[in-house]
Amino acid sequence: MTDSLETAQNPEGLRRVAIDPVTRVEGHGKVTLLIDEDNHVHQARLHIVEFRGFEKFIQGRPYWELPVVVQRLCGICPVSHHLAAAKATDQLVGVDQLTPAAEKIRRLMHLGQMLQSHALHFFHLSSPDLLFGYDDEISHRNIVGVLADHPDIARQGILLRKYGQEVIRVTAGKRVHGTSAIPGGVNKHITREERDYLLGEIDQIIDWGAAAVGLAKRLFVEDIEHSRDFALIDTNMLSLIRDDGALDLYHGGLRARKPDGSMVFDHVDYRDYEQYIHEQVKPWSYMKFPYITALGKEQGAYRVGPLARINNCEFIETPLAEAVRADFRAFSEGVLMQSTLAYHWARMIELLYCAEGIKVLLNDPDLLSSDLVVKGEMQSRGIGVIEAPRGTLFHHYEIDDNGIVTRANLIVSTTNNNTAMNESIRRVANDLFDGRELTEAMLNSIEVAIRAYDPCLSCATHALGKMPLEVQLVAPDGSVRDSLYRHMDGTICQVD
Amino acid sequence: MRNHPVLVIGYGNPSRGDDALGPLLLEGLEALRIRDRDLDCFDTLTDYQLQVEHAMDMHGYRQVIFVDAAVNLDRPFRFELLHAARDDSYTTHALNPAAVLAVYEGFYEIPAPESCLLSIRGERFDLGEDLSETARQSLDEALGFLAAHLMQSISPA
Repeated sequence: MTDSLETAQNPEGLRRVAIDPVTRVEGHGKVTLLIDEDNHVHQARLHIVEFRGFEKFIQGRPYWELPVVVQRLCGICPVSHHLAAAKATDQLVGVDQLTPAAEKIRRLMHLGQMLQSHALHFFHLSSPDLLFGYDDEISHRNIVGVLADHPDIARQGILLRKYGQEVIRVTAGKRVHGTSAIPGGVNKHITREERDYLLGEIDQIIDWGAAAVGLAKRLFVEDIEHSRDFALIDTNMLSLIRDDGALDLYHGGLRARKPDGSMVFDHVDYRDYEQYIHEQVKPWSYMKFPYITALGKEQGAYRVGPLARINNCEFIETPLAEAVRADFRAFSEGVLMQSTLAYHWARMIELLYCAEGIKVLLNDPDLLSSDLVVKGEMQSRGIGVIEAPRGTLFHHYEIDDNGIVTRANLIVSTTNNNTAMNESIRRVANDLFDGRELTEAMLNSIEVAIRAYDPCLSCATHALGKMPLEVQLVAPDGSVRDSLYRHMDGTICQVD
Repeated sequence: MRNHPVLVIGYGNPSRGDDALGPLLLEGLEALRIRDRDLDCFDTLTDYQLQVEHAMDMHGYRQVIFVDAAVNLDRPFRFELLHAARDDSYTTHALNPAAVLAVYEGFYEIPAPESCLLSIRGERFDLGEDLSETARQSLDEALGFLAAHLMQSISPA
């Protein structure tokens, strides 16, 4: 149904509405809707308006720089890039297995990153929509509004975020620009004092994580029809999975399920990803559209991230998270949960898992060992895959005899969700817009659909004055009929 | 780590051209501190962008100075006093400095420390780009200004 809205049959004569940029997601995204005189939607697209050039940025650099330099690709999830690149460079230096301490320190860092990222997204970016409604006053629908009306929820979000960043600081050496993960291991051990410092707060963090799952479920169930149907699409689901079927955010094989829950492939060595996933290029977007090769371009689109991971795994190894995972799966009556708004619920299940997993690792005696690095024989190709907060993240490098990167291929989480995000906004456009006058709440509904994926559309450029919102209405002859400009302070003015 | 009365937060992505202005200004300040110990009155903090946790980083300081790159500035830099304000802006995962102050006041339920924003003129922000000449010149002027401001702030009245 929604596919028909990717490209209008007769775009000339239609009016164009642009939401530019999409707010409360990372980077520069733009949504365009082509609408006829009666406000019927003929085309809906999410555009990426900046060419990112990751590969160009990386090629020509020595391999040992990779875990550090790739953090600058993204100011939102630098730790995920740090660890994915470290996993790839492990292979470049011929290391298949890290020391127990090195792997556990990396896993701890990763859980800290997931915890703080999920906390930020749920409490600060999405909760204003979910708590206040999509049509709430813009000046109130933000984190400060949540602090005013729901101070306990907002405080917990801030403190969860802060705790996750402390885990990163302890494991990576610094809160930002960490250098701990290196080819073959890590270069910083954890002291007993650092371990005890993090242990001091972890029970409170777990309690707040459990409460966050309860809140996310309550918000989903309160208006169940809306939650189920809003931006609903049926897709395949892709994620890493541990050998025994457990949720694993750091390492595993690739698993893809069809919408009916059956497997497309399972426990695939991610170093063979190019045999299973292809990327399609479309002329209207800088971002590629990956798909599962065996299912083809039309049927092979998939989703990644919390919804895919919780749908795909058979169990979670920590008890509280496993209980709420079972509840989530029971709610969808055994089939895959496809509701886009269920991303929030799944994300909080993962947050709870991260909190519990951090406690398990902090109590593991291996964590304090100083046996941190393994060496091997150099290889020319390394592929690292990790489950980043937004989904599966692929780093693929090839180097020459001097250790210089000659080829780099990155498939970032948001790219994996590209088709799904586009389909979700088409569903919203189809359900909410067709034949009606546009309102700010309707435009926000489009953004709510996109935000559920927590996309990172670009990376960490944010200079003052770079983020206005412009809405253009384009007349049938192509001329701009009307243009509204929303400034940084929220004021709206007419553009002559 | 609160060792000094002033916190300078320089934010931006060092690999995105002029977005590096905030972190680079911190580097410049640290170099000046080594040469002139009288300037030893500030702590520094760098990040890619501002977020809610920076409200907690501000706690306990007498003054906080945010440093960021800015487009569309008609001068090399601008220094202005900040007031807490709800974030009505259309940004991304990041907050603007005034919103960080508002988060501070909502979180601690006390007025935020006196805070200022030092905006430095930049023009190129693409991944992998070097600092532009415009930004380089603006950085020098902004650094000189801020060093003088800090010296003045610690001088006995």
